[in-house]
Amino acid sequence: MKKTYEIEVDCAACAQKMEDAANTVEGVLKATVSFMTQKMKVEFAEGADAALVMPEVLKACKKVEDDCEIRF
Amino acid sequence: MTKKQKKVLVRIIIASALLIALMLAERMAYLPTLVWFLLYLIPYLVIGYDILKKAAIGIRNRQVFDENFLMAVATVGAILLGLFTDGSEGGFEEGVAVMLFYQIGELFQSVAVGKSRRNITALMDIRPDCAYVPNQDGGLEEMDPDDVEIGTVIVVSPGEKVPIDGIVEEGSSTLNTAALTGESLPREISAGDEIISGCINLTGVLRIRTTKAFGESTVSKILDLVENSSMKKSKSENFISKFARYYTPAVCYAALALAVVPPVALLLLGRPAQVTTWIIRALTFLVISCPCALVISIPLSFFAGIGAASSRGILVKGSNYLEAMSETSVVVFDKTGTLTKGVFEVTAIRPAGQFAKRLTADGKDPSGELLALAACAESYSNHPISKSLKEAYLADRPEAEGSLRTLASDVEEISGRGVKATVSGHTVAAGNAKMMEEMALTGEDTPQQPPESGTVVHVAVDGTYAGYILISDVEKDTSASALKALKKSGIERTVMLTGDNEKTAAAVASRLGIDEYHAELLPGDKVDQVERLLAEKPAGSKLAFVGDGINDAPVLSRADIGIAMGAMGSDAAIEAADVVLMDDNPERIALAMQISRKCLRIVHENIYFALGVKGLCLILGALGIANMWVAVFADVGVMILAVCNAIRCLSVRE
Repeated sequence: MKKTYEIEVDCAACAQKMEDAANTVEGVLKATVSFMTQKMKVEFAEGADAALVMPEVLKACKKVEDDCEIRF
Repeated sequence: MTKKQKKVLVRIIIASALLIALMLAERMAYLPTLVWFLLYLIPYLVIGYDILKKAAIGIRNRQVFDENFLMAVATVGAILLGLFTDGSEGGFEEGVAVMLFYQIGELFQSVAVGKSRRNITALMDIRPDCAYVPNQDGGLEEMDPDDVEIGTVIVVSPGEKVPIDGIVEEGSSTLNTAALTGESLPREISAGDEIISGCINLTGVLRIRTTKAFGESTVSKILDLVENSSMKKSKSENFISKFARYYTPAVCYAALALAVVPPVALLLLGRPAQVTTWIIRALTFLVISCPCALVISIPLSFFAGIGAASSRGILVKGSNYLEAMSETSVVVFDKTGTLTKGVFEVTAIRPAGQFAKRLTADGKDPSGELLALAACAESYSNHPISKSLKEAYLADRPEAEGSLRTLASDVEEISGRGVKATVSGHTVAAGNAKMMEEMALTGEDTPQQPPESGTVVHVAVDGTYAGYILISDVEKDTSASALKALKKSGIERTVMLTGDNEKTAAAVASRLGIDEYHAELLPGDKVDQVERLLAEKPAGSKLAFVGDGINDAPVLSRADIGIAMGAMGSDAAIEAADVVLMDDNPERIALAMQISRKCLRIVHENIYFALGVKGLCLILGALGIANMWVAVFADVGVMILAVCNAIRCLSVRE
C-alpha cells in the first residue's frame, strides 16, 4: 500500500533527514520525501495500518527536525 | 508568507531594533562588560534560539556538522570572545549580527523557494478536485474522484476539469488540452469520442461514462510522474549532497586548525601567540563556508526546469534525464507515427491517357471518377488501404457515405491481389501490379510505376487500364522543421530506423534531411542498431531514441534517453519512456533539449560562482582581510544570487 502525504519542511537537508528518519520506523517499507513538492510518499509493509504507523513516522521526524509537519 | 515565515520576520524586526539600540547605547553609556553581555544576549536569543536548538538536536542525533552547527559555533564563539576580552576583540554585536543576517537570508530563501514552488506546481496543476455524478432527483452529487467506480456516468460542466478518462455519452464541446499538451488549439469532442482526464471542458455540458478508475486515469498517471520526478536525483544533485557531506566537516576541522596551529607556531617561534585574533579568523572562516547557496539552488534549478518543460507538454521523469538530455549528440527516430502521421492518405491520383481523354470529352473530372470507381469497388473491404480510399472520396462529399455500397455489386476479393466488382454496370478491378498483369488488359495504356514511394492501387475498367492511385504515409508538418531545429541546436547525427521498405525510407530521409536511415528492420534489429550507435557515439555524449511508445518499448529503455511521443491515452508510452511528449509534435524535442541545456548552464554557473566566491572569501578570512561582516554578507549574498539565478530556469524562449 502506498500513500502520499502533504508535509511542511523548510530546507532540502531537513527533508533528507526526515526521509532517513521515516525509513527507520517499523511498518514503513520505503519512504521518500520531496522537498520541492512538499510531499512524503510512504510505502507500508504488508499488514501495517497507516493510521497506526503515521504517528510513529511523525514522532521520528520530529526528533530530527522539530518544526516539520506531516498531514495525515 | 506562511505563518512560520511571518513569525521569523517579527523576530528579525525585534532583534534588529534591539541590536541598533544597544549599539547606540554602548557609545553613550559606560557599563561593565558583563551587563552588556547580558543585554546583547536578549536580541541574540530572540533571533537565534531555534538555530541553537537545531544545532543541539543535531549533536544529540550524532549528525553534528550542518549549517545550524556552523552558525551556532561561530556566533557563540564571537560572543564568548567578546566576554573574555572585555569587548576589545570580536564582540557581542558581531555575534548577534551574524545570526541576524543568517536568519534574513534563510527567510528570503524560504520565501523565494516557496513562491517558485507554487509557481511551478501551478503550471503542473491539473488535478481535478471532484467529480459530479447525477443522482435520482435529477441533481448532481459531488464525489471524490477516487470513489467513482468504472462505468459510472459523470457530468462535466463548462469550465470544469475532466476528472476521469471515459467515453462521451451525450453532448459536444470543445476541450482545452493546454495543461496536458502545451498546445493551445482547442479540440472538438462529441458523443462517442474518447475523452482524457486533465482537459478543461470549455463550451458544452458533457456526460461521460468512465472507463478507468481515477488512479488509473491519465491525469493521475501524469501527476504521479511529475511528483516522482523530483525524487530522481541528477548527477549534479548527488555531487552536491556528497560534497556537503565531506565539505562541512572539512571546513570545521580547517577552522579548528586555523584557531590552534598559527598561535602554537607563533609561540614556538617565540612571538606573542595572538590567540583571539586567530580564533576570530577561524570563526569568520566558519561563517563564510556555510554551503546553503549550493544545497538549495541546485535542486531548485532542476525543479524549475522540469516545471518549465511540463508547462509545454514535455514530461521529464527525473532531473537525471533533464541532465542527460543536455549531453545528447545522437538522436534516433522511429519513422511511422513519429516522423510520419502513421495513417495512410491518398497522395496522388493519376488517370491513364485514354481514360482521361474519354472522360474529359464527356465533361467529367477523370481524377474524381477514378477515385470514385476505386472507392466503390473497395467499399466492402476493411483493409487500411480501402479505408483511406473511402476517406479520400468522402472527404469532398460526406453525403455519399450511404450510397457508396449500393453502387457496387458482385464484389470479389482476390487475396494478395485486390478487388473486383461491378460498379454502375462496369467491371472495375482495383489492385496491385500483379493483378493487372494477370488480367490480360486491352487498350493502349499499360500499368505505370509512379516515381514516388508508397502503395499503388491500379484500376482497370472493363478490361482497360484506367490509371492508378498512390497511397502513402504522410510526414507530419512539423517533422522537417524539428530536424532543422535539432541540427541547429548542435545534434551531430540523426538516424531513422524503420520497418518500412528501402524506397519509402530513402524518400522520407532525404525530404526531412536525416543523416542516416536503416530500412526493413524487425523490432529486434532496431535494438541491434541502437546498440551499434551507442558504441559509435562520441564518449561522454548521450543517445536519445524517439518513438511512438507503442512497439518501441525495448529500444526506448535501451537508449540513454527514451522519448515517447503522443502520450495522450497511451499507458505504454508513459511507462517505458524517460521523457514523454504529450502531443505528437517532434518539434518539442528540440525545445526539451533547449530547456535542459539552459537548466544545466544555470546549475554550473551556480556551482562555479558559489564555490568561487566562497573560496576567495575563505582565503581572505584566513588571512584576516575579511571580517565577520564581510563573511555574513558573502554567505547570504551568494545564496540570494544563486536562488534568483535558479528561478531563471522557469522561463523559456521559444
